[in-house]
Amino acid sequence: MKTFEYAKADSPEAAVAAGGRFIAGGTNLLDLMKLQIETPERLVDISRLDLGDVEKRADGGLTIGALVPNSDLAADPRVIKGYPVLSRALLAGASGQLRNKATTGGNLLQRTRCPYFYDTAMACNKRAPGSGCAAIGGFNRMLAILGTSDQCIATHPSDMAVAMRALDAMIVTLKPDGDRRRIAMGDFYRLPGDTPQIETVIEPGELITHIELPPPPKGRQLYRKVRDRASYAFALVSVAGIVSVEDGKIASAALAFGGLGPMPWRNSAVEAALIGRAPSTDVFEAAADALLAGAKGHGANDFKIPLTRRTLIASLRDLTGDAA
Amino acid sequence: MHFTINGARHEAEPDIRASLLDLLREHLGLTGTKKGCDHGQCGACTVLVNGRRINSCLTLAVMHQDDDILTIEGLGSADALHPLQAAFVKHDGFQCGYCTPGQICSAVGMLDEVAKGWPSHVSGSLSEIELTGEEISERMSGNLCRCSAYPNIVDAISEVARA
Repeated sequence: MKTFEYAKADSPEAAVAAGGRFIAGGTNLLDLMKLQIETPERLVDISRLDLGDVEKRADGGLTIGALVPNSDLAADPRVIKGYPVLSRALLAGASGQLRNKATTGGNLLQRTRCPYFYDTAMACNKRAPGSGCAAIGGFNRMLAILGTSDQCIATHPSDMAVAMRALDAMIVTLKPDGDRRRIAMGDFYRLPGDTPQIETVIEPGELITHIELPPPPKGRQLYRKVRDRASYAFALVSVAGIVSVEDGKIASAALAFGGLGPMPWRNSAVEAALIGRAPSTDVFEAAADALLAGAKGHGANDFKIPLTRRTLIASLRDLTGDAA
Repeated sequence: MHFTINGARHEAEPDIRASLLDLLREHLGLTGTKKGCDHGQCGACTVLVNGRRINSCLTLAVMHQDDDILTIEGLGSADALHPLQAAFVKHDGFQCGYCTPGQICSAVGMLDEVAKGWPSHVSGSLSEIELTGEEISERMSGNLCRCSAYPNIVDAISEVARA
């Protein structure tokens, strides 16, 4: 690990003024620093800031402090009751120890687990811009089929963020100049294009302080994750689904996907293929067609295309079955 | 830097880069906590910080000067085993023993999580938890055992959970 200056912030304002890389849970950042994939010159410890609460808002939604640990968020009775898709997504990720340390804000900002990003002897445009992408033509079983570029086919690894994408969460930040902004989950991540090293719209020194959830959505919620092991593994594909059925027809649908793209993936055409229609295999197939219209396999991950289709259809059956 | 470990105060001057794990092992001689992967994947380094189980390899020592840290040395001794230590012996919950301190610290934290009503990935209901063998396996999936003593580890933890 390269050495660094260490400073401890006692307020969000002091944190953004300190001009360094923020560390809270550290479960991803320190892992990457040990491998010298991340080499911050200055770490600003934000772990003791007063951003560790979940609060109900007047509109019925929740405001989640950026430092709320993943395990606490998953077990929060208000999340369990109103946003079970979020509890389920959190519980499908990592291990008990990691969830105890990893924070809500940090989870959104975690880096890809692409094996070539992690291997400093290999080409990776995300780690070393301009060096190439060894994953294209390499061992890419885990990697993306949607939203890729010829520079990068990495996936975003988070489960939590997939549920938050389906829930239309808002990210609240504080900038070094004191400005606050609210960023929709759908605007937060960037496609890799020619600059895969830039993953979000967060600016240098900008701090995530809160995540806001709108009031609990109508309908049934589900998080379905397919992975190589039954526990403690990243998704091959995952689905966060929220679907309501009224008078035999799908009245609303929000579907986001993990393991497929460089960001929690959501495509309004998938939802448009469902809304207003009676649930049926043909309708679910049409939704899968919409999702996978631009999908591109890279050899070892070609299987993700049919796997995603089956996982989506199975999820939609569960979301719209008898009791819906 | 100052630390509170197993109820005792310690002073040490590790490098700013030192993990909590390296502080324990290399600076304070508390070698019960084991280094396996050093990347948060194996769980051998699990300790309890303010009662919560974490991977001590993935956190900086400097960030824990105001915390209560509990390691395997603070849980029990050869003369007065912690109930989980006794249960691991009784059920042969190990072969080589390298993962055992992490397994036991993790199980202590895990049982506290269950007592608080925290659900897991395999919980049918998110609000009513029954600690089955499947639940224990899921909740302990952050602790690997190369000797694959898993069935006996689950038996040991089950017995303590029922007591």
